[in-house]
Amino acid sequence: MSDLVRNIIRFAIFILLQVYLLNKIPFLHRFIAPYLYFLFILWLPFSISRMGLLVIGFITGISLDFFMMTPGLHAAACVLIAYLRPFIINILAPKDATGFSYREPSPRAMGWTPYIVYTLVLTLFHHSYMVLLEWLSFGSILDFIIKIVATTGISMLLIITTELLFPRRMKFRTNTA
Amino acid sequence: MRNIFLFIRRFFTFFTFLLLQVTALWFLFTYNRFHRAKGLGVGNQITGWFNTQYNTVEDYFKMKEENRRIHKLNDSLMNLLPANFIRSDTSTHLLTDSIPYDTLGHYRQYRQRVAQVVYGTVNAEKNYFQINKGSKDGIKDDMGVLSSEGSLVGKVINVSPNFSVVMSLLHVQNKVNVLVKKTKSSGTIEWDAKDPRFLILKNIPVSDSILKGDTIITGSYSLSMPPGKMVGTVAEINKDPATNFFILKIKTAANFADLQQVFIVENLQHDEQEVLLEDTKKKM
Repeated sequence: MSDLVRNIIRFAIFILLQVYLLNKIPFLHRFIAPYLYFLFILWLPFSISRMGLLVIGFITGISLDFFMMTPGLHAAACVLIAYLRPFIINILAPKDATGFSYREPSPRAMGWTPYIVYTLVLTLFHHSYMVLLEWLSFGSILDFIIKIVATTGISMLLIITTELLFPRRMKFRTNTA
Repeated sequence: MRNIFLFIRRFFTFFTFLLLQVTALWFLFTYNRFHRAKGLGVGNQITGWFNTQYNTVEDYFKMKEENRRIHKLNDSLMNLLPANFIRSDTSTHLLTDSIPYDTLGHYRQYRQRVAQVVYGTVNAEKNYFQINKGSKDGIKDDMGVLSSEGSLVGKVINVSPNFSVVMSLLHVQNKVNVLVKKTKSSGTIEWDAKDPRFLILKNIPVSDSILKGDTIITGSYSLSMPPGKMVGTVAEINKDPATNFFILKIKTAANFADLQQVFIVENLQHDEQEVLLEDTKKKM
Protein backbone atom coordinates (compact mmCIF):
# COMPACT_ATOMS: atom_id res chain seq x y z
CA MET A 1 0.00 0.00 0.00
CA SER A 2 1.38 3.39 -0.92
CA ASP A 3 1.90 6.11 1.64
CA LEU A 4 -0.84 8.22 0.10
CA VAL A 5 -3.54 5.54 0.24
CA ARG A 6 -2.53 4.48 3.73
CA ASN A 7 -2.71 8.03 5.04
CA ILE A 8 -6.05 8.75 3.41
CA ILE A 9 -7.55 5.68 5.08
CA ARG A 10 -5.92 6.65 8.35
CA PHE A 11 -7.33 10.19 8.07
CA ALA A 12 -10.88 8.86 7.65
CA ILE A 13 -10.48 6.42 10.54
CA PHE A 14 -9.06 9.03 12.93
CA ILE A 15 -11.74 11.64 12.17
CA LEU A 16 -14.64 9.16 12.40
CA LEU A 17 -13.20 7.61 15.57
CA GLN A 18 -12.94 11.05 17.16
CA VAL A 19 -16.41 12.18 16.09
CA TYR A 20 -18.43 9.02 16.68
CA LEU A 21 -16.59 7.28 19.49
CA LEU A 22 -14.50 9.63 21.61
CA ASN A 23 -16.90 12.60 21.47
CA LYS A 24 -19.78 10.27 22.29
CA ILE A 25 -18.26 8.95 25.52
CA PRO A 26 -20.70 9.70 28.34
CA PHE A 27 -19.85 12.62 30.55
CA LEU A 28 -17.32 11.69 33.25
CA HIS A 29 -15.97 14.97 34.50
CA ARG A 30 -15.80 18.49 33.15
CA PHE A 31 -12.01 18.33 32.75
CA ILE A 32 -11.97 15.08 30.82
CA ALA A 33 -12.25 15.33 27.06
CA PRO A 34 -10.58 12.47 25.19
CA TYR A 35 -8.69 13.56 22.06
CA LEU A 36 -6.82 11.26 19.71
CA TYR A 37 -7.37 12.52 16.15
CA PHE A 38 -4.19 14.66 16.07
CA LEU A 39 -2.14 11.44 16.22
CA PHE A 40 -2.78 11.39 12.47
CA ILE A 41 -0.46 14.40 12.10
CA LEU A 42 2.16 12.84 14.40
CA TRP A 43 2.14 9.68 12.27
CA LEU A 44 2.68 11.38 8.89
CA PRO A 45 5.85 10.25 7.09
CA PHE A 46 9.25 11.86 7.76
CA SER A 47 9.63 12.62 4.06
CA ILE A 48 6.68 15.01 3.82
CA SER A 49 7.56 18.68 3.17
CA ARG A 50 6.93 21.33 5.78
CA MET A 51 4.45 23.15 3.56
CA GLY A 52 2.58 19.89 2.96
CA LEU A 53 2.44 19.29 6.71
CA LEU A 54 0.87 22.69 7.34
CA VAL A 55 -1.79 22.20 4.67
CA ILE A 56 -2.62 18.65 5.85
CA GLY A 57 -2.78 19.91 9.44
CA PHE A 58 -5.24 22.62 8.45
CA ILE A 59 -7.44 20.18 6.51
CA THR A 60 -7.45 17.69 9.41
CA GLY A 61 -8.46 20.37 11.88
CA ILE A 62 -11.14 21.96 9.75
CA SER A 63 -12.72 18.56 8.95
CA LEU A 64 -13.14 17.86 12.65
CA ASP A 65 -14.36 21.43 13.17
CA PHE A 66 -17.21 20.97 10.73
CA PHE A 67 -18.40 17.96 12.72
CA MET A 68 -17.99 19.72 16.06
CA MET A 69 -19.49 22.99 14.75
CA THR A 70 -16.54 25.01 16.05
CA PRO A 71 -14.96 26.30 12.81
CA GLY A 72 -11.28 27.18 13.29
CA LEU A 73 -10.70 25.86 16.81
CA HIS A 74 -9.09 22.51 16.02
CA ALA A 75 -7.69 23.84 12.73
CA ALA A 76 -5.62 26.45 14.60
CA ALA A 77 -4.24 23.86 17.04
CA CYS A 78 -3.44 21.37 14.24
CA VAL A 79 -1.60 23.99 12.16
CA LEU A 80 0.47 24.84 15.24
CA ILE A 81 1.59 21.25 15.87
CA ALA A 82 2.15 20.67 12.14
CA TYR A 83 4.49 23.68 12.17
CA LEU A 84 6.36 22.56 15.29
CA ARG A 85 6.66 18.86 14.33
CA PRO A 86 9.84 19.11 12.17
CA PHE A 87 11.68 21.02 14.91
CA ILE A 88 10.85 18.44 17.59
CA ILE A 89 11.82 15.58 15.27
CA ASN A 90 15.15 17.26 14.49
CA ILE A 91 15.94 17.47 18.19
CA LEU A 92 14.84 13.94 19.07
CA ALA A 93 15.65 11.81 16.01
CA PRO A 94 18.68 9.54 16.36
CA LYS A 95 21.69 11.08 14.71
CA ASP A 96 22.91 7.92 12.99
CA ALA A 97 21.42 6.98 9.64
CA THR A 98 19.49 3.92 10.88
CA GLY A 99 16.81 6.17 12.30
CA PHE A 100 15.86 7.28 8.84
CA SER A 101 15.33 3.83 7.43
CA TYR A 102 11.84 4.06 8.85
CA ARG A 103 9.06 5.86 7.02
CA GLU A 104 7.30 7.57 9.86
CA PRO A 105 7.64 8.37 13.57
CA SER A 106 6.97 5.32 15.73
CA PRO A 107 8.40 3.86 18.94
CA ARG A 108 10.47 1.49 16.78
CA ALA A 109 11.89 4.22 14.60
CA MET A 110 12.79 6.62 17.39
CA GLY A 111 12.97 4.47 20.54
CA TRP A 112 10.29 4.55 23.23
CA THR A 113 11.63 7.44 25.31
CA PRO A 114 12.20 9.93 22.47
CA TYR A 115 8.88 8.91 20.93
CA ILE A 116 6.99 9.58 24.16
CA VAL A 117 8.74 12.92 24.59
CA TYR A 118 7.84 13.77 20.98
CA THR A 119 4.14 12.94 21.45
CA LEU A 120 4.01 14.54 24.89
CA VAL A 121 5.44 17.87 23.72
CA LEU A 122 3.14 18.10 20.68
CA THR A 123 0.09 16.93 22.66
CA LEU A 124 0.81 19.58 25.25
CA PHE A 125 1.11 22.29 22.57
CA HIS A 126 -2.09 21.12 20.86
CA HIS A 127 -4.15 21.06 24.04
CA SER A 128 -2.73 24.26 25.54
CA TYR A 129 -3.48 26.22 22.39
CA MET A 130 -6.94 24.69 21.95
CA VAL A 131 -7.99 25.12 25.58
CA LEU A 132 -6.61 28.67 25.54
CA LEU A 133 -8.74 29.57 22.52
CA GLU A 134 -11.75 27.80 24.00
CA TRP A 135 -11.48 29.56 27.35
CA LEU A 136 -10.57 33.04 26.09
CA SER A 137 -14.19 34.00 26.35
CA PHE A 138 -14.95 32.00 29.45
CA GLY A 139 -13.45 30.50 32.60
CA SER A 140 -10.73 31.00 35.19
CA ILE A 141 -6.96 30.46 35.08
CA LEU A 142 -6.96 27.51 37.49
CA ASP A 143 -9.57 25.67 35.42
CA PHE A 144 -7.47 26.39 32.35
CA ILE A 145 -4.33 24.78 33.79
CA ILE A 146 -6.11 21.75 35.27
CA LYS A 147 -7.89 21.17 31.98
CA ILE A 148 -4.64 21.21 29.98
CA VAL A 149 -2.99 18.72 32.35
CA ALA A 150 -6.03 16.42 32.50
CA THR A 151 -6.70 16.31 28.75
CA THR A 152 -2.99 15.81 28.01
CA GLY A 153 -2.90 12.90 30.46
CA ILE A 154 -5.93 11.26 28.84
CA SER A 155 -4.51 11.79 25.35
CA MET A 156 -1.13 10.29 26.29
CA LEU A 157 -2.92 7.27 27.74
CA LEU A 158 -4.84 6.84 24.49
CA ILE A 159 -1.73 7.31 22.33
CA ILE A 160 0.34 4.76 24.27
CA THR A 161 -2.55 2.28 24.19
CA THR A 162 -2.85 2.79 20.43
CA GLU A 163 0.90 2.22 19.97
CA LEU A 164 0.79 -1.00 21.98
CA LEU A 165 -2.33 -2.31 20.21
CA PHE A 166 -1.31 -1.39 16.67
CA PRO A 167 2.47 -1.56 16.36
CA ARG A 168 3.63 -0.29 12.97
CA ARG A 169 6.66 -2.04 11.52
CA MET A 170 7.21 -0.09 8.36
CA LYS A 171 10.72 0.10 7.04
CA PHE A 172 12.15 1.32 3.78
CA ARG A 173 13.58 -1.45 1.69
CA THR A 174 17.31 -0.86 1.75
CA ASN A 175 20.29 -3.02 0.89
CA THR A 176 21.89 -2.56 4.29
CA ALA A 177 20.18 -5.72 5.59
CA MET B 1 13.68 44.53 -3.68
CA ARG B 2 15.76 41.41 -4.15
CA ASN B 3 16.32 41.26 -0.41
CA ILE B 4 12.58 41.32 0.22
CA PHE B 5 12.07 38.36 -2.09
CA LEU B 6 14.95 36.52 -0.45
CA PHE B 7 13.44 37.27 2.95
CA ILE B 8 10.02 36.00 1.89
CA ARG B 9 11.52 32.86 0.37
CA ARG B 10 13.57 32.12 3.42
CA PHE B 11 10.62 32.37 5.79
CA PHE B 12 8.02 31.08 3.34
CA THR B 13 6.95 28.18 5.60
CA PHE B 14 6.61 30.52 8.53
CA PHE B 15 4.43 32.90 6.52
CA THR B 16 2.22 30.03 5.39
CA PHE B 17 1.93 29.01 9.03
CA LEU B 18 0.87 32.53 9.99
CA LEU B 19 -1.60 32.69 7.10
CA LEU B 20 -3.29 29.40 8.07
CA GLN B 21 -3.36 30.42 11.74
CA VAL B 22 -5.01 33.72 10.91
CA THR B 23 -7.57 31.97 8.67
CA ALA B 24 -8.42 29.51 11.44
CA LEU B 25 -8.71 32.23 14.08
CA TRP B 26 -10.82 34.36 11.76
CA PHE B 27 -13.23 31.43 11.32
CA LEU B 28 -13.32 30.97 15.07
CA PHE B 29 -13.89 34.55 16.17
CA THR B 30 -16.39 35.47 13.49
CA TYR B 31 -18.40 32.29 13.95
CA ASN B 32 -21.54 34.04 15.15
CA ARG B 33 -21.76 36.01 11.92
CA PHE B 34 -19.98 33.46 9.76
CA HIS B 35 -22.42 30.64 10.42
CA ARG B 36 -24.87 32.09 7.94
CA ALA B 37 -22.22 32.03 5.21
CA LYS B 38 -22.35 29.48 2.47
CA GLY B 39 -19.21 27.55 3.46
CA LEU B 40 -20.67 26.23 6.66
CA GLY B 41 -23.97 25.40 5.01
CA VAL B 42 -22.14 23.06 2.64
CA GLY B 43 -20.16 21.63 5.54
CA ASN B 44 -23.47 21.11 7.34
CA GLN B 45 -24.84 19.10 4.40
CA ILE B 46 -21.78 16.83 4.32
CA THR B 47 -21.53 16.21 8.07
CA GLY B 48 -25.30 15.77 8.06
CA TRP B 49 -24.99 12.86 5.65
CA PHE B 50 -22.37 11.13 7.82
CA ASN B 51 -24.38 11.79 10.96
CA THR B 52 -27.52 10.29 9.43
CA GLN B 53 -25.64 7.08 8.61
CA TYR B 54 -24.30 6.87 12.15
CA ASN B 55 -27.70 7.66 13.61
CA THR B 56 -29.42 4.74 11.89
CA VAL B 57 -27.16 2.46 13.93
CA GLU B 58 -27.36 4.44 17.15
CA ASP B 59 -31.17 4.49 17.09
CA TYR B 60 -31.37 0.80 17.93
CA PHE B 61 -29.70 1.32 21.27
CA LYS B 62 -31.97 4.14 22.37
CA MET B 63 -35.27 2.91 21.01
CA LYS B 64 -36.64 1.48 24.23
CA GLU B 65 -36.17 4.61 26.29
CA GLU B 66 -37.50 6.79 23.48
CA ASN B 67 -40.57 4.59 23.16
CA ARG B 68 -41.32 5.04 26.84
CA ARG B 69 -41.14 8.82 26.54
CA ILE B 70 -43.35 8.93 23.43
CA HIS B 71 -45.87 6.76 25.20
CA LYS B 72 -45.89 9.07 28.17
CA LEU B 73 -46.46 12.12 25.97
CA ASN B 74 -49.18 10.33 24.00
CA ASP B 75 -50.82 9.43 27.26
CA SER B 76 -50.94 13.05 28.38
CA LEU B 77 -52.31 14.14 24.98
CA MET B 78 -54.98 11.44 24.97
CA ASN B 79 -56.29 12.92 28.18
CA LEU B 80 -56.82 16.25 26.45
CA LEU B 81 -59.02 14.84 23.67
CA PRO B 82 -62.44 16.52 23.54
CA ALA B 83 -64.05 13.07 23.53
CA ASN B 84 -63.04 12.70 27.18
CA PHE B 85 -65.27 15.52 28.26
CA ILE B 86 -69.02 15.32 28.51
CA ARG B 87 -70.82 18.56 27.77
CA SER B 88 -74.26 19.14 29.17
CA ASP B 89 -75.11 21.62 26.42
CA THR B 90 -75.68 19.54 23.29
CA SER B 91 -76.33 22.45 20.97
CA THR B 92 -72.64 23.42 20.71
CA HIS B 93 -69.70 21.23 20.12
CA LEU B 94 -66.00 21.90 20.33
CA LEU B 95 -64.17 22.35 17.05
CA THR B 96 -60.45 21.92 16.78
CA ASP B 97 -58.78 22.28 13.44
CA SER B 98 -55.40 23.15 12.04
CA ILE B 99 -56.27 26.27 10.04
CA PRO B 100 -54.86 29.46 11.55
CA TYR B 101 -58.21 31.08 12.39
CA ASP B 102 -61.30 29.41 13.73
CA THR B 103 -64.77 30.86 13.98
CA LEU B 104 -64.32 31.83 17.60
CA GLY B 105 -61.45 34.18 16.75
CA HIS B 106 -58.76 31.95 18.18
CA TYR B 107 -55.60 32.00 16.21
CA ARG B 108 -52.69 29.69 16.21
CA GLN B 109 -49.44 31.17 17.49
CA TYR B 110 -47.17 28.14 17.72
CA ARG B 111 -46.74 25.33 15.24
CA GLN B 112 -44.70 22.24 16.05
CA ARG B 113 -42.72 20.01 13.73
CA VAL B 114 -40.96 16.77 14.58
CA ALA B 115 -37.32 16.09 13.78
CA GLN B 116 -34.67 13.58 14.66
CA VAL B 117 -31.37 14.41 16.33
CA VAL B 118 -28.55 13.01 14.20
CA TYR B 119 -25.53 14.20 16.17
CA GLY B 120 -24.87 15.99 19.43
CA THR B 121 -22.32 16.47 22.17
CA VAL B 122 -22.48 17.25 25.89
CA ASN B 123 -18.75 17.26 26.68
CA ALA B 124 -17.71 20.64 25.24
CA GLU B 125 -18.21 24.15 26.60
CA LYS B 126 -20.29 24.99 23.56
CA ASN B 127 -22.58 22.11 22.76
CA TYR B 128 -24.64 21.90 19.61
CA PHE B 129 -26.71 19.22 18.01
CA GLN B 130 -27.75 18.58 14.47
CA ILE B 131 -31.29 17.67 13.39
CA ASN B 132 -32.53 16.20 10.12
CA LYS B 133 -34.93 18.98 9.11
CA GLY B 134 -33.79 22.11 7.28
CA SER B 135 -34.99 25.10 5.30
CA LYS B 136 -36.81 22.77 2.87
CA ASP B 137 -39.08 21.77 5.76
CA GLY B 138 -39.63 25.38 6.79
CA ILE B 139 -37.11 25.51 9.62
CA LYS B 140 -35.70 29.00 10.25
CA ASP B 141 -33.13 30.48 12.60
CA ASP B 142 -34.26 31.20 16.16
CA MET B 143 -36.98 28.55 16.46
CA GLY B 144 -37.28 26.84 19.84
CA VAL B 145 -36.56 23.13 20.23
CA LEU B 146 -38.34 20.84 22.71
CA SER B 147 -37.50 17.27 23.71
CA SER B 148 -39.90 14.39 23.13
CA GLU B 149 -41.23 14.94 26.65
CA GLY B 150 -41.99 18.55 25.84
CA SER B 151 -39.19 20.17 27.84
CA LEU B 152 -36.94 22.88 26.46
CA VAL B 153 -33.58 21.82 24.96
CA GLY B 154 -32.36 24.70 22.78
CA LYS B 155 -32.89 26.87 19.73
CA VAL B 156 -32.02 26.69 16.03
CA ILE B 157 -29.02 28.81 15.04
CA ASN B 158 -28.07 27.62 11.56
CA VAL B 159 -30.02 26.06 8.72
CA SER B 160 -29.01 24.24 5.54
CA PRO B 161 -31.50 22.76 3.02
CA ASN B 162 -31.87 19.39 4.79
CA PHE B 163 -30.29 19.85 8.23
CA SER B 164 -30.16 22.42 11.01
CA VAL B 165 -27.82 23.10 13.89
CA VAL B 166 -29.35 23.66 17.31
CA MET B 167 -27.59 25.50 20.12
CA SER B 168 -28.24 23.34 23.16
CA LEU B 169 -29.10 24.78 26.59
CA LEU B 170 -25.65 23.43 27.48
CA HIS B 171 -23.81 26.31 25.82
CA VAL B 172 -21.93 28.97 27.77
CA GLN B 173 -23.43 31.78 25.70
CA ASN B 174 -26.96 30.48 26.06
CA LYS B 175 -29.38 32.65 28.01
CA VAL B 176 -33.08 31.86 28.31
CA ASN B 177 -35.78 33.74 30.18
CA VAL B 178 -37.55 31.42 32.65
CA LEU B 179 -40.11 31.54 35.47
CA VAL B 180 -40.36 29.78 38.80
CA LYS B 181 -43.77 28.17 38.34
CA LYS B 182 -44.86 28.60 41.96
CA THR B 183 -43.91 32.23 42.61
CA LYS B 184 -43.97 33.53 39.01
CA SER B 185 -40.70 35.40 39.47
CA SER B 186 -38.60 35.46 36.35
CA GLY B 187 -34.89 35.00 35.86
CA THR B 188 -32.31 34.04 33.28
CA ILE B 189 -31.02 30.53 33.01
CA GLU B 190 -27.47 29.82 31.87
CA TRP B 191 -24.87 27.07 31.93
CA ASP B 192 -21.52 27.16 33.75
CA ALA B 193 -19.92 24.41 31.62
CA LYS B 194 -19.41 22.20 34.67
CA ASP B 195 -21.98 19.44 34.65
CA PRO B 196 -24.39 18.69 31.77
CA ARG B 197 -27.11 17.63 34.21
CA PHE B 198 -27.40 21.04 35.88
CA LEU B 199 -28.09 24.62 34.77
CA ILE B 200 -27.68 27.79 36.82
CA LEU B 201 -30.52 30.22 37.55
CA LYS B 202 -29.75 33.63 39.02
CA ASN B 203 -31.84 36.78 39.65
CA ILE B 204 -34.48 35.14 41.84
CA PRO B 205 -34.83 37.38 44.94
CA VAL B 206 -34.30 35.72 48.34
CA SER B 207 -37.70 36.96 49.45
CA ASP B 208 -39.23 34.19 47.32
CA SER B 209 -39.78 30.94 49.14
CA ILE B 210 -38.00 28.45 46.94
CA LEU B 211 -37.90 24.78 47.85
CA LYS B 212 -36.01 21.87 46.40
CA GLY B 213 -38.00 20.29 43.58
CA ASP B 214 -39.80 23.48 42.49
CA THR B 215 -40.58 23.54 38.79
CA ILE B 216 -38.89 25.98 36.42
CA ILE B 217 -40.77 26.77 33.18
CA THR B 218 -40.03 28.98 30.18
CA GLY B 219 -41.05 32.61 30.51
CA SER B 220 -43.22 34.60 28.15
CA TYR B 221 -40.66 37.21 27.11
CA SER B 222 -39.05 35.15 24.38
CA LEU B 223 -39.89 35.47 20.69
CA SER B 224 -38.86 31.92 19.90
CA MET B 225 -39.79 29.80 22.93
CA PRO B 226 -43.41 29.04 23.77
CA PRO B 227 -44.23 30.01 27.39
CA GLY B 228 -44.93 27.46 30.09
CA LYS B 229 -42.70 24.67 28.84
CA MET B 230 -40.82 22.60 31.40
CA VAL B 231 -37.12 23.44 31.82
CA GLY B 232 -36.15 21.62 35.01
CA THR B 233 -36.51 21.38 38.77
CA VAL B 234 -34.57 23.06 41.56
CA ALA B 235 -31.83 20.73 42.82
CA GLU B 236 -29.73 22.96 45.06
CA ILE B 237 -30.40 26.32 46.71
CA ASN B 238 -27.54 28.74 47.43
CA LYS B 239 -27.70 32.37 48.45
CA ASP B 240 -25.36 34.85 46.84
CA PRO B 241 -23.84 36.67 49.86
CA ALA B 242 -23.05 39.78 47.78
CA THR B 243 -26.54 40.42 46.44
CA ASN B 244 -30.03 39.61 47.57
CA PHE B 245 -30.51 36.86 45.04
CA PHE B 246 -30.50 33.09 44.97
CA ILE B 247 -28.08 31.07 42.89
CA LEU B 248 -30.16 28.03 42.04
CA LYS B 249 -28.87 24.81 40.57
CA ILE B 250 -31.49 23.43 38.18
CA LYS B 251 -31.71 19.77 37.25
CA THR B 252 -32.63 19.71 33.54
CA ALA B 253 -35.83 17.93 32.62
CA ALA B 254 -34.37 16.66 29.34
CA ASN B 255 -31.51 14.20 29.24
CA PHE B 256 -29.19 15.87 26.72
CA ALA B 257 -27.00 12.80 26.30
CA ASP B 258 -29.70 10.72 24.65
CA LEU B 259 -31.92 13.09 22.73
CA GLN B 260 -33.52 11.31 19.78
CA GLN B 261 -36.83 12.83 18.73
CA VAL B 262 -37.40 16.56 19.17
CA PHE B 263 -40.12 19.09 18.41
CA ILE B 264 -39.28 22.33 16.65
CA VAL B 265 -41.63 25.11 17.66
CA GLU B 266 -42.32 27.93 15.25
CA ASN B 267 -43.75 31.18 16.51
CA LEU B 268 -46.00 32.23 13.62
CA GLN B 269 -45.94 35.83 14.83
CA HIS B 270 -42.15 35.89 15.17
CA ASP B 271 -41.51 38.14 12.16
CA GLU B 272 -44.22 40.62 13.07
CA GLN B 273 -42.95 40.88 16.65
CA GLU B 274 -39.39 41.33 15.48
CA VAL B 275 -40.30 44.04 12.96
CA LEU B 276 -42.20 45.86 15.70
CA LEU B 277 -39.18 45.71 18.01
CA GLU B 278 -36.88 47.00 15.26
CA ASP B 279 -39.26 49.84 14.42
CA THR B 280 -39.51 50.81 18.07
CA LYS B 281 -35.73 50.99 18.31
CA LYS B 282 -35.65 53.34 15.30
CA LYS B 283 -38.26 55.65 16.81
CA MET B 284 -36.55 55.97 20.18
